[in-house]
Amino acid sequence: MSSAEAAALRGTTDTASEEAIRVEDLHKSFGDLKVLKGVSLTAARGDVVAIIGGSGSGKSTMLRCINFLETPSSGRIIVGGEEIAMKSDGSPAKPKQIERIRTKLGMVFQSFNLWTHRTLLENVIEVPVHVLGIPKREATARAMELLGRVGLAEKADSYPAFLSGGQQQRAAIARALAVDPAVMLFDEPTSALDPELVGEVLTVISDLAAEGRTMILVTHEMKFAREVATHVIYLSEGRIEEEGPPEEVFGNPKSERLQQFLRTVA
Amino acid sequence: MIRAMLIPRRLIMLGFFAAFVIWCAVTLDWSWIPAYAPLALSGLWVTIWLLVVSLVLGFALAVPLGLAQAIGPWYLAAPARAFCTVIRGTPLLLQIWLLYFGLGSLFPQFPWIRESELWPYLRQAWPYAILSLTLSYAGYEGEVMRGAFASVQKGQIEAARAFGMPRFTMFRRIWLPQAIRQALPTLGGETILQLKATPLVATITIVELYAVAARVRQDTFIIYEPLLLLAVGYLLIAGVITLGFRWIEGRGPRM
Repeated sequence: MSSAEAAALRGTTDTASEEAIRVEDLHKSFGDLKVLKGVSLTAARGDVVAIIGGSGSGKSTMLRCINFLETPSSGRIIVGGEEIAMKSDGSPAKPKQIERIRTKLGMVFQSFNLWTHRTLLENVIEVPVHVLGIPKREATARAMELLGRVGLAEKADSYPAFLSGGQQQRAAIARALAVDPAVMLFDEPTSALDPELVGEVLTVISDLAAEGRTMILVTHEMKFAREVATHVIYLSEGRIEEEGPPEEVFGNPKSERLQQFLRTVA
Repeated sequence: MIRAMLIPRRLIMLGFFAAFVIWCAVTLDWSWIPAYAPLALSGLWVTIWLLVVSLVLGFALAVPLGLAQAIGPWYLAAPARAFCTVIRGTPLLLQIWLLYFGLGSLFPQFPWIRESELWPYLRQAWPYAILSLTLSYAGYEGEVMRGAFASVQKGQIEAARAFGMPRFTMFRRIWLPQAIRQALPTLGGETILQLKATPLVATITIVELYAVAARVRQDTFIIYEPLLLLAVGYLLIAGVITLGFRWIEGRGPRM
């Protein structure tokens, strides 16, 4: 059964107007190890989906499958109504399509991954200028505005190595915003930070949530997830153990595992 | 900086050095210099020209050689590795002779080569000098670039992929510049080694800097003076190369 037929049977359409991203029945194996055993997720525009779970639960893998940094084994991924064409083994059927869709998914990494040979400003204008073809002057003006928003305007000409982790991560967020992404993907954005630097990054992320950015956020910060998320997914051993609005998931957890998880992280 | 140079032990060293230079100037025989100055200048020019051309062409070859070894499929990686191994495992002098006396004497046997437009060049020595020096630099630097490509952090490449950068853009904008930056200190040293390899092409009739000193010795039986001046010449060029690389390294970011 092709994925199109499957969609027809379920009576779903790929062009729901408010839908920003949809993941259906995603599987991922590394060799014999099954990391994701059929997970799904839908985010409407403006939603903030938080994915929580213990280490090894597959939450980062799930996020990285969305922009094909990891190749899913099977499943469907639909971004802004456009389904990513996959071969039967899950590998992308149209590499150009992946590149195009990736430019709509601004990603923020656990280890920042700013380009170390370029200044902050150069990092932020890199993709707009050299991938999207925006004139350099225009991109620079926009980049300065974004760096200002994350409080780094005066560091525009510094190289990443001269900045603190918190500053680097805020710059990485500016870099992701520079492509004006339809969905932002955060992969444990505060896990590599010293405790006193976590707050400044979370503040920037909550501001983005408040202004209606669509975000998918893998995080260990439960308090933060509860505050900013519109929907919380608890992953355990590659499956969605429980999901729902944050007040439900955190306030009234039903599954045994989630209750235990919340006790250990609290 | 000048002030720091003038501490006593430095002054003593400088004194010894000045005395040596004066002694050389006064007691040794420099009478040959005016007669050979034009030849020496053209020799210097040939040395620099050989060096620069072989560096540029050699590095242009080293990048694909390194890349093929770092991430290429086996049918590209294996020949690249074989090439680097052979070049690095045999004397440069042998390579020069094999190309000049081997290829160079093979070519005239084919009439279509002798009649071709290239023949006026192929019967001269310099194409073989350039070719052998280029291949040598490519072989050594191919290995250096292999390591440099492999050592660029995975996250740097991943960030480029995550933002939809096409492969070639990613290579040109992220991977290659970072690899070159990693390789710069090594490349600086290798470039000086390349300079010091150039006298070998004197053995195939190229009149570069060393050949001029040999010519003076042959003509006048003056041995040490030309060699001393030759040493100073190479030292100066090596100094310029060192300063050049230091400047490039200093300009870039700390990584």
